[in-house]
Amino acid sequence: MPVSACKPAKFPDMPESILELHDVKTHFPIYRGFVVKRQTGTVKAVDGVTLSIRRGEVLGLVGESGCGKSTLARTIMQLVPTTGGTVVLEGKNLTQGTAAEVHDTRRDMQMIFQDPYASLNPRMTVFATLAEPLLVHGVCQSSAVSARVAELMRTVGLAPRFMEKYPHEFSGGQRQRIAIARALALNPKVIIADEPVSALDVSIQAQILNLLSQLCRKMNLSLIFIAHDLSVVKHISDRVAVMYLGKIVELGPAVEVIEQPRHPYTRALVSAIPTPDPDAERTRQRIVLAGDPPSPINPPAGCAFHPRCPYALEKCRVAFPPLLAAGPGREAACVRLGEI
Amino acid sequence: MPLLNVTDLRTYFHTRSGVYRAVDGVSFSVERGETLGIVGESGSGKSVTGYSIMGLVPQPPGRIESGTAMFDGVDLLHCSPKEARAIRGKRVAMIFQDPMTSLNPYLRISDQLIEPLLIHEKISKRDALRRGLEALEAVGINDAAKRIHYYPHEFSGGMRQRVMIAMALITKPELLIADEPTTALDVTVQAQILELIKKMQREIGMAVIFITHDLGVVSGLCDRVQVMYAGRIVETSDTRSLFYEPKHPYTRALQRSIPSMQAKGTELYTIAGMPPDVSKPLPGCAFAPRCEFAVERCTQVIPPLAPWKPGHLHACLRVQAGEIS
Repeated sequence: MPVSACKPAKFPDMPESILELHDVKTHFPIYRGFVVKRQTGTVKAVDGVTLSIRRGEVLGLVGESGCGKSTLARTIMQLVPTTGGTVVLEGKNLTQGTAAEVHDTRRDMQMIFQDPYASLNPRMTVFATLAEPLLVHGVCQSSAVSARVAELMRTVGLAPRFMEKYPHEFSGGQRQRIAIARALALNPKVIIADEPVSALDVSIQAQILNLLSQLCRKMNLSLIFIAHDLSVVKHISDRVAVMYLGKIVELGPAVEVIEQPRHPYTRALVSAIPTPDPDAERTRQRIVLAGDPPSPINPPAGCAFHPRCPYALEKCRVAFPPLLAAGPGREAACVRLGEI
Repeated sequence: MPLLNVTDLRTYFHTRSGVYRAVDGVSFSVERGETLGIVGESGSGKSVTGYSIMGLVPQPPGRIESGTAMFDGVDLLHCSPKEARAIRGKRVAMIFQDPMTSLNPYLRISDQLIEPLLIHEKISKRDALRRGLEALEAVGINDAAKRIHYYPHEFSGGMRQRVMIAMALITKPELLIADEPTTALDVTVQAQILELIKKMQREIGMAVIFITHDLGVVSGLCDRVQVMYAGRIVETSDTRSLFYEPKHPYTRALQRSIPSMQAKGTELYTIAGMPPDVSKPLPGCAFAPRCEFAVERCTQVIPPLAPWKPGHLHACLRVQAGEIS
């Protein structure tokens, strides 16, 4: 039985979803000219994403670079202004909140970034890094800070005696643990991890993945896990959302989406992953997509995937297909779902 | 006779904080037309091996302490600069991980692409441009006649890597050293580039040394694989044998920590500890401190690479002694 299916039953008294995105759009204007600025175009980085994340759920978000995964993460965190739609965290609409309200909700939502070499301040010790959120949000009396920092370090598997060390004294995997501890400092309800293991070696990657899934289980955290590596996403996620050019094209339970993808883009993405098994790798059929993902500045009309899609028809060029039900708990945005 | 025969290569970096033994006694050979994969984690010395063969190790701080790399009768590590220039960039070419930093942003693609031709062949600029155009078409760049005059920033990451491949292959080399050429690319683009390398290899008949950390890429592409750890080769074998009958505990551990090899919902297998500090002397097996099978003698003698069956060698004392299977 997939993990996601038993989740709601485990917490029957809890509300179904903790974070709701409705038709979220994040567009960036492009300006030309220095003295007289004119807007010459828009980058539609996120273009109409509707999603709900359940309490304690791990949602994988996958797609190629430039598809808007990171912008979506930043939009949820309110680090970039939303152009349209709503982000609702436990009933609070963040897109209409004042700066102070948004500041307060940051306590409930934290982010982990890809590059632990860039996301930690090289001039701050581990103690300073982990104490900062506690002091900024005033959740801890200054006398209790040091105990809380030690506790956080133990939670992520670091010895508290390293408290006074600087980030450069740690390896990549250990730095990512510090970043995770910083995200956990305020007891958040949602963590957004933007490619947290892409910069790490396989053996270190496995340690961080184990840590993240243990923490989610233990603390009943919701995790939005952004990655481009589908095998990692399949392992850690309950559900997975596949993005292409600012839109979600397929959504469903992780194992099902990756083992039996419905949308042609997901199929191509899955078939492009090399498997560490020589016989299977040399005999399997592979869909090699032609070309690069199109630019989000002038996305193709209709389904954005149609120029690269082996199944595209005339009708695919006309209108963007909405997400349609494709099996239990699954959705896919393709007009030819029944035919292919 | 193998195309390239490397014996006992040692490349050390002499820095203020100590001597880093990046490559510490590596021997291997590459046959004509074959694809050899070098797999390892960061810091295992796989890239420095490639750089040493190409003469790209910055000296100082780097120094080739010992070893030979015989390429068709010429020792690439000790030949005269003139001999090296005749081979490097013509008969042995290299492509790198990051196609943005390895192309010159100030020069048009056309200038960079035909540079190897102008250096190595007596050819007019017009003929060189024609060859450059053919090379771009061969790596699947549409509208090559126009795009050859573009600057690197006008191409996407996958396109730039195609340009790099075109540039490396324009002199029809006998050996291509590919250092993580697809690591910075998306999986769909990675699949395109791997297909392209395979296709070009069939056409030119060149040998490839493919350096990567991704066992998945190796499994479909390489004829033989060698696994490196802390500057040493711990296992080398034909690809099937390495994947289906890995012998060295490190190879097994590496294979077991890949998420797709494990059932969902279970704890991922992890290798305890961290790779060793190569600036400290490693008297025994470099993997011993992290190895679940290690005994005392593992930390005392450097295990030699010994055959387990023809063509499959590994450097684990306990497996060699038959104590563990």
